[in-house]
Amino acid sequence: MKAFTQHSGVVVPLDRANVDTDMIIPKQFLKSIKRTGFGPFLFDESRYLDKGEPDMDCSSRPLNEDFVLNHARYENASVLLARQNFGCGSSREHAPWALENFGFRCLIAPSFADIFFNNCFKNGILPIELDEKIVDQLFDSVNANEGYSLAVDLESQQITLPDGSTIAFEVDSFRKHCLLNGLDDIALTLEDADTISAFEEKHKQTAPWLFA
Amino acid sequence: MAAKTLYDKLWDQHLVKQRDDGTALIYIDRHLIHEVTSPQAFEGLRIANRKPWRASANIATPDHNVPTTTAERLEGINGIADAISKIQIQTLDDNCDELGITEFKIDDERQGIVHVVGPEQGATLPGMTVVCGDSHTSTHGALGALAHGIGTSEVEHVLATQCLLQRKMKNMLVRIDGDLRMGVTAKDLVLAVIGEIGTAGGTGYAIEFGGDAIRSLSVEGRMTVCNMAIEAGARAGLIAVDQKTIDYCKGRPMAPKGADWDKAAAAWLDLVSDDDAVFDHTVVIQAADIAPQVTWGSSPEMVASITDRVPEPSAETDPTRRQSIERALEYMGLHGGQLIKDIPIDKVFIGSCTNGRIEDLRAAAEVVQGQKVSNKIKLAMVVPGSGLVQKQAESEGLNTIFTDAGFEWREPGCSMCLAMNADKLEEGEHCASTSNRNFEGRQGFGGRSHLVSPAMAAAAAIAGRFVDVREMGEG
Ligand code: SF4
Repeated sequence: MKAFTQHSGVVVPLDRANVDTDMIIPKQFLKSIKRTGFGPFLFDESRYLDKGEPDMDCSSRPLNEDFVLNHARYENASVLLARQNFGCGSSREHAPWALENFGFRCLIAPSFADIFFNNCFKNGILPIELDEKIVDQLFDSVNANEGYSLAVDLESQQITLPDGSTIAFEVDSFRKHCLLNGLDDIALTLEDADTISAFEEKHKQTAPWLFA
Repeated sequence: MAAKTLYDKLWDQHLVKQRDDGTALIYIDRHLIHEVTSPQAFEGLRIANRKPWRASANIATPDHNVPTTTAERLEGINGIADAISKIQIQTLDDNCDELGITEFKIDDERQGIVHVVGPEQGATLPGMTVVCGDSHTSTHGALGALAHGIGTSEVEHVLATQCLLQRKMKNMLVRIDGDLRMGVTAKDLVLAVIGEIGTAGGTGYAIEFGGDAIRSLSVEGRMTVCNMAIEAGARAGLIAVDQKTIDYCKGRPMAPKGADWDKAAAAWLDLVSDDDAVFDHTVVIQAADIAPQVTWGSSPEMVASITDRVPEPSAETDPTRRQSIERALEYMGLHGGQLIKDIPIDKVFIGSCTNGRIEDLRAAAEVVQGQKVSNKIKLAMVVPGSGLVQKQAESEGLNTIFTDAGFEWREPGCSMCLAMNADKLEEGEHCASTSNRNFEGRQGFGGRSHLVSPAMAAAAAIAGRFVDVREMGEG
């Protein structure tokens, strides 16, 4: 997994609550058996005016100029500012794959849906939960200032604003450790293989039918 | 000993290792696999040169991408017209064959939607931890199992280690007191709960559903309720084990037999929250207040009683919510104040892991019997949740009731629940659907989904608009 230590980037505001994973990457793209190539189809139904199909060449598709990701001022944005319950719905990891592939490294919202939140950490994306009022202020700042960027530092758990002021954020220590070091958590778990085997043995004694 | 909730008990029984940082390794008893979220996990396993920890803990079946027309299904996998879908299903077959994982393939009568197949086969049982790369894994919590959806990286993690890295969730109790009124079903109950607590209300919690109304539900009805726990933001829904649960599991192909059965059944009866267990949050709803529900917007929390009206955005004081309502109404082609009963319907879909089990089909058939689908309806379809549900329904003659009325009777799969196959809505079409998500585009680009119970969907098919199923046959 790609490590995440520090990241600075332009912020794009997606002013909408309950953005679901169907919206982030519509189902027709889930037919792929690969992990890559989803970036061009991120927010497909909002970004384009026509109907997206897998394997399409997106460079010539008609863009929905109203959609914020298509606004020139947010070109190359890599920090997504969103509203509450971002990533709700389906468990599809294609959603973080598409966000990452598009170029997002950091997401900021008042709240995220559980499965999506978890999936982000597995893919080198840092989702940050901030107080709703702070998120409101960030929306105002982003809207008011073209090229508004944030610098995110995972080690110190701080976001630095363009004016130099900082916002602290919380992150689970285990997830932080994995993300900072780009660790594969399967390898980490397998370090406990003996403990797992011992548990399994005991579990088999208590509930043999689970192993029939 | 401190009193425990059902969730606490299941957690403790599967705790392999508690880490100092608050995360824990939890042992997984059953891993369900389908074609959409697994290929990248199998590939990852292969690249790292790893093998499944315990192949027999895994059960697979293709469901999301399978075609549902009989013509296409006659030839099994070769009949799949969509080349990309076919590759994905073939990939599942190949992975399972290679690694010795039991799979109910497309032409097996046990094939079906993974959440219908699990309980039906006794592959998911009380007291188990169950995971699947699918958010509606919460369904299996109806059996008193700790079940939740995971992402593809976690699918790979479970395959490789039989464990999941977790942080314990908080406990929420949703108690439904009293009895449901006639014509009000498990689906209406859970939609009403989501309307009450919102789509993020359960985030970070395992929700246990309790109270008289839950106890009175059949086990299949309880699955409908737990299925939609994720729509309230909770990864896991749970219902305490009682005699109904045990009777439901008895004799299932993969359920324990003989002495093991007695031992298991005795152990399962303890899968209830202790009387004095403490929940972090409790919500109480009166069953008698719940009427048949219809969603009017593009989120499951945007729901109203059949007797109600679509809300007026101007009545909402919170600006973000007002904006969401306005947006939803625009997408849905509805206006504030409109009667739910005046919403016209173009298509009707009865099926999915929420409502594609035999009792759901019986409930719909009861409404449809002797009636005709309205000529305003372009397509009304019934898609059984599994091959065995289909077979049972056919042996009861339900298929004839549906086809005589003008419904299409299809082969099992997810179908128009998420429209990955050919079954979808066209732009602007309204659909009365027994599925679980009414997100924009979920059932087809520009499609407008209204979530309802099977009886309400059947009634809508007959009337060509939403009607109160409680008034059917009275007029
Ligand atoms: S029926 Fe719908 S919700 Fe259920 S597993 Fe299939 S696609 Fe998902």
